[in-house]
Amino acid sequence: MAIKMVWTTLRTSAILFIICCVIYQLVITGIAQLVMPHQASGSLIYNSKNQVIGSELIGQQFKDPQFFQGRVSSVDYNANGSGSSNLAPSNPALMERMKASIEEWKKQNPDVPVSSLPMDLITNSGSGLDPDISPSAAMAQVPRISKLTGVSQDKLQALITQNTNPPQLGMLGDSAVNVLKLNIGLEQLKAGSSS
Amino acid sequence: MSMFAYIGVALTLLIALLLARPMGAYISRAFDYTPGKLDRFFGPLEKIIYKLGGIRQNNQTWKQYLVALLVSNTVIVLIVYVIFRLQDKLPLNPAGIAAMSPDLAFNTAISFLTNTNLQHYSGESGLSLFSQMSAIIFMMFISPATGIAASIAFMRGLAGKPMGNFFVDLVRAITRILLPLCVVAALIFISQGVPQTLHTSVTATTLEGTQQQIGMGPIGSFLAIKEMGNNGGGFFGANSAHPFENPDAISNLLQMLLMLLVPISLPFTYGRIVGNPKQGRILFVSMAIMFLIMLSSSLYAEHQGNPLINQLGLQQSAGSMEGKEVRFGIEESSLYSVVTTASETGAVNTMHDTLTPIGGMIALSNMMLNTVFGGSGVGMMNVLMYAIISVFLSGLMVGRTPEFLGRKVEGKEMKLIAVTLLIQPLLILAPTTIALMVFPNTISNPGYHGLTQALYEFTSSAANNGSGFEGLGDNTVFWNLSTGIVMMLARFFSMVTLLAVAGSMLAKTPVPESSGTLRTDQALFGSVFIVVVVVVGALTFFPALVLGPIAEQLTLK
Repeated sequence: MAIKMVWTTLRTSAILFIICCVIYQLVITGIAQLVMPHQASGSLIYNSKNQVIGSELIGQQFKDPQFFQGRVSSVDYNANGSGSSNLAPSNPALMERMKASIEEWKKQNPDVPVSSLPMDLITNSGSGLDPDISPSAAMAQVPRISKLTGVSQDKLQALITQNTNPPQLGMLGDSAVNVLKLNIGLEQLKAGSSS
Repeated sequence: MSMFAYIGVALTLLIALLLARPMGAYISRAFDYTPGKLDRFFGPLEKIIYKLGGIRQNNQTWKQYLVALLVSNTVIVLIVYVIFRLQDKLPLNPAGIAAMSPDLAFNTAISFLTNTNLQHYSGESGLSLFSQMSAIIFMMFISPATGIAASIAFMRGLAGKPMGNFFVDLVRAITRILLPLCVVAALIFISQGVPQTLHTSVTATTLEGTQQQIGMGPIGSFLAIKEMGNNGGGFFGANSAHPFENPDAISNLLQMLLMLLVPISLPFTYGRIVGNPKQGRILFVSMAIMFLIMLSSSLYAEHQGNPLINQLGLQQSAGSMEGKEVRFGIEESSLYSVVTTASETGAVNTMHDTLTPIGGMIALSNMMLNTVFGGSGVGMMNVLMYAIISVFLSGLMVGRTPEFLGRKVEGKEMKLIAVTLLIQPLLILAPTTIALMVFPNTISNPGYHGLTQALYEFTSSAANNGSGFEGLGDNTVFWNLSTGIVMMLARFFSMVTLLAVAGSMLAKTPVPESSGTLRTDQALFGSVFIVVVVVVGALTFFPALVLGPIAEQLTLK
């Protein structure tokens, strides 16, 4: 009985493999590339020279204080990997990292009190590639960026509002600002004000 | 914002609720062997598969059914093991990924065979494109299909009907349930931004002028079966927290619905197969009540956040964002953690290691009870086992021979069930103790949380869930072998014993219902069921929970 079942398994597996692995995946890939090439290829953003500067969905490292900064990443936004440092709520290393982040914040943003520092800016995201920050995390960075770039605070605030995605269907998830798009907008503002 | 976010949570659950009954009815029709409308649609394809596969569509005895299940699963796991070991030499390996070590390949093959999807590797660096697209995807279809088939056979046995044919059920689970829904879901995921490409990586020049490697792949099709089949293994290391594996709240909603779909529908399928829809409904409601209690506790805990962080004097927004993604926020992250552990899927959109102690404990409790809906098929089998225990205990209390669905539950069945009940805590607590004593250096977080990390890993393995407290350094020979053995025993031991129970019940002559029969389709029975689940679970695991998450919560000051 068992030997015959091994044979049946091998034959059935071969057919199911062709259906589930080959046909299913290639048909979906074909339809996706044909109908939704932008999403299917990773929602890439190109510059005027047609070079890839990133993906709408993947966060980037912004160290320069002239840019809006994103969340803490344990993979330094290297999108060939992903993950978080998995520090438990009770782990002393978590407190040390957060206190260091707060000191850094005070240095870079002397005009903004710590009580206006939103939680998401100094916590590690789940993926290490979170493309978003909360609107208040973007607003809290306005005084610093305005001072460093010369772009007025009003313009920066308008830029943030423009780039804020409300919760989907009004109730799913939180409001989020895409940091890469925000900084692309900031670059354009800077180019506009200097010319 | 919070108010609307709660409406979002309620909306998710409402959609799931509306889908459960029709889907349950659909599943029961899909496995009905009397010719019907569905055969006209699916029949032609299935006939080709039966013919080429050499499947004889005869009814099997419970033993033949079980042998077919075990033989086919063994053959498939061996092939997959070989693929993982040889992936460096096989085609479609553009990133030059090395072969898996024997212990890691053992763990990974078992993990995907048993619907667990515990991952001791990271998708980006551990698997070639070929392995992802062949071995992993194939198992992601076969393992839920096996689970659904086993549960349908179990229900048929309890109902006194012929058990059916394993290969026919396996094929039908794929052609009639998993595959059609996956095609639709995959396209919706892609429309929201999930990549579907054969390229594995793109290099971007960032605004700051540095190079960023962006990993991608055929993720839409992968993601659909990952959630639909209660598999849960991530294409990427960060699983559904990764923006490519869960780009927005819509994809997040769809993932939760897919995870819940089969588990919440099976009680209704059961009601139809055994011809007692009320009983199916009572079991559904009982599980839904447990689910809602778990969810509210988790939401409350995550909103309270971490008292230590709250003391830092930051902007007062409730909840801890450590390990969470901004686009989901607190509510959708907490909901996802409860859904993924209730449905024994194991996909995560937030890092469970960083949840608050109580939030982590809720995830742990769902897996320990393993009856808050549970995984594809096997969850329902476990629930029915608890239903029979409830009947047995009630019978003992009033001094009558207990009956379930018109058949006497006697010593033989109860012995099989008692062994099944005992093996689960043994598989969790014994290896956790060994890990804590011998391999404490693999645990990344200090203190009470460290104990929880080890406990979570074995609970997740024994519940065939697959999520983890991922700080654990788990790619070692000890963790790979121990969790591999736990996953295998947890999955197949209960399948063997419970199919034996069904076979034994099937062989009995039905007894007519009398005024003394305990009614199993009333609210009273539902309450007994919940009490039995909670008491058995609490007696077994409460001490471990006190030493882990509860102690951690109490010392967070």
